[in-house]
Amino acid sequence: MPLSAHNLSQLKIGQIGIIDSFTDPIMSLKLLEMGCTPGERVQLVKVAPMGDPIAITVSGYMLSLRKAEASTVLIHLLAS
Amino acid sequence: MEQRGSIEKSPLTTLKVALVGNPNSGKSTLFNALTGMNQRTGNFPGVTVDKKTGYAKHNPGKGAGLTEIQFIDLPGTYSLYPKSLDEQVTFDVLCDPANGDYPDCTVVIADASNIKRNLFLVTQLIELRRPVILVLNMKDVMEQRGITINLEKLRSHLEIPILYTNARKKEGVDELLKTLTEPVPLSSQIFFTKKPDPALLEDLTQILPVTGSYAVWQILNNYKHYTGLKPEVKKRIEALLKKYSFDPTAFQANESVVRFHSIGIIVADSVEEKSKSSKTVTKRIDEVLTHHIWGYVIFLVVLFLLFQSIFFLAAYPMEWLESLFVGISKWSSAHLPTGELSALFVNGILAGLSGVVVFVPQIALLFAFIAILEDTGYMARVSFIMDKMMRKFGLNGKSVIPLISGVACAVPAIMSARTIGNWKERMITILVTPLMSCSARLPVYTLLISLVVPPDKKLIFFNMQGLILMAMYLIGFTAALFSAWIMKFILKAKEKSYFIMEMPVYQTPKWSSVFYTIYEKVKVFLFEAGKVIVAISVILWMLSSHAPGKRMEEIDRKYASSTHAMPGTDLEPKKAAEKLEASYAGVIGKWIEPVIRPLGYDWKIGISLITSFAAREVFVGTMATIYSVGDKENSRSIREKMIDEKDPVTGKKVYSLAVAISLMIFYAFAMQCMSTVAVVYRETKSWKWPLIQFCYMGVLAYAASFAVYHILK
Repeated sequence: MPLSAHNLSQLKIGQIGIIDSFTDPIMSLKLLEMGCTPGERVQLVKVAPMGDPIAITVSGYMLSLRKAEASTVLIHLLAS
Repeated sequence: MEQRGSIEKSPLTTLKVALVGNPNSGKSTLFNALTGMNQRTGNFPGVTVDKKTGYAKHNPGKGAGLTEIQFIDLPGTYSLYPKSLDEQVTFDVLCDPANGDYPDCTVVIADASNIKRNLFLVTQLIELRRPVILVLNMKDVMEQRGITINLEKLRSHLEIPILYTNARKKEGVDELLKTLTEPVPLSSQIFFTKKPDPALLEDLTQILPVTGSYAVWQILNNYKHYTGLKPEVKKRIEALLKKYSFDPTAFQANESVVRFHSIGIIVADSVEEKSKSSKTVTKRIDEVLTHHIWGYVIFLVVLFLLFQSIFFLAAYPMEWLESLFVGISKWSSAHLPTGELSALFVNGILAGLSGVVVFVPQIALLFAFIAILEDTGYMARVSFIMDKMMRKFGLNGKSVIPLISGVACAVPAIMSARTIGNWKERMITILVTPLMSCSARLPVYTLLISLVVPPDKKLIFFNMQGLILMAMYLIGFTAALFSAWIMKFILKAKEKSYFIMEMPVYQTPKWSSVFYTIYEKVKVFLFEAGKVIVAISVILWMLSSHAPGKRMEEIDRKYASSTHAMPGTDLEPKKAAEKLEASYAGVIGKWIEPVIRPLGYDWKIGISLITSFAAREVFVGTMATIYSVGDKENSRSIREKMIDEKDPVTGKKVYSLAVAISLMIFYAFAMQCMSTVAVVYRETKSWKWPLIQFCYMGVLAYAASFAVYHILK
């Protein structure tokens, strides 16, 4: 059950969210073609040693992106 | 369709096939498996994007005749929307019927373990309404993950031929060739159900050279960069977009959502994922390789091993090659008739050739290492753990790949900076990459280090020569970061920086692709660099064995009389040295000597510096030629000759520690490579950047060498 609105950069390792929408149209084009579409499950799997970038699994593979980019993705947090 | 009149003509039909696919889908491995050694690398017209073409022959039997298939390996892309120059090439070839490489059929390679994202490009290609074949690669990874694909169902959804290959084991290659020689049905499936305004589409169809509504729409979205359009057509498109108040960004976002929705339905019906193992091998390896301490330690160890092995492993074949060339020169000097032509052959061509061939082992090892690091998926992890640090220097995690590749050669490295989407970060990467010590400097460093450091000298238990070499690479890297940091404040950002990158699963390196990389790079080095080096060697020999006026004859006469006067003394070396000084080369070297004297260099090094502006590795060949002129027996290697070289005034060794190090620093920093200048011009589309680069690197080189020489002297 979706709990509350968050953005992707707020996930903790292991947490799962459902993509809801994007706040940056240009950034959304890049994320969309990499499979980050609304309704897709994303899980935070890794944070780089210096706290940024992060790595998520989405549609069956691992994608890395910076926190600033992740914060343009609005998600619904799933209870883990 | 039956073709008439083909019997009278050659029974050979040629098919043009384009290979496309996402990065990391095994496309290049499949290309190698399909074409074997029948491949060559060229350029797409107007851009420096590598164009790999290869040929395969297929005989379907039943008297159908032999079919020759030409494969073009297009740059990897996630979608048809070009975001980089590489992807622009893929778009132009696939969407422009007037393009010389416009394919008869497109083979799209997809990672079977990651089918959903890969189908995005596949469905876009299908909607261009040209023949498409889908090849599912990496079946082993798919099975490990407990994924099964129902091919029959997938075929009914896509309406195109689909087959499995295992490019690493060459499985499915014959089946693919067979499928290509048979007629490929056109799919009528629509995945992007929402189309732009029909009135706009109607207007566009009349001015665009393509058919099919999706192709029109694609060009509409990319018309600004599309090569197949005349400027006036572009203007008309612009007017139409205004008229219909059409927003490409919103439309593209909408297409991605709709398309993935259609794909979601297809995947739900035809793909089954049984077990979701939470701890895959990749995850376990990642825990170590991206660890906050071990990640960096391992990265440093990898680099350290790379440089130690380049020095150690390559030393043996290099010694054999060196002695082989000494042998050939000796034999030639003894058996060839004396005269201009033999002198040209031995002291010009042979000397130049040995300077090239000797370094093949090192270059092969270096490229093998880089290919292995790329293939295994490790490079992506390095980008991941380095991004934040690189950002402080105005770079991007993806800059690590150009910078590390710069250790091999700045030309492909600068081209690989295309994956960096941000203009400022890409520009800084391009500007500083030539500071990374490339393989062309390796011969220079190797030679100079061997002059001043004995081979058996050790620090604790590491080879001292290897350590100094590693220090040279670190100096280059530090200079690159420092320059990048300064440029961060000078260059203005045009758009937001981003770092969205796939982390591929770890794989054991594909030995065949490592082999192809070595083969290709060594071939390019031998023939491209070799041509320049041998040509320069011949010119140098001419310049150093001829003098203005009758100076040579005068010296000959002078020594002819003096040998008579002092019997028993060998004046031959002295005479040769005097001749070289009098020659055209000597005149040029002397002319620039005042400028380079403060760095500790003499006019002989001056000649090498000038010739090195063509390419750095020419240094060794130049040295070989300069020191061969006048050496009758050719019994010593170039290294031995240089060690023995004495200053005629002071009598001290020319190659002291201070001079050798100062010279290495000069080569580390100066922009002495015509190919790099050319590639920077092509990548930045202006002379401004290569000029800036040439100047800042030159100033850096002169200042640093000056300082080093005066500290060590």
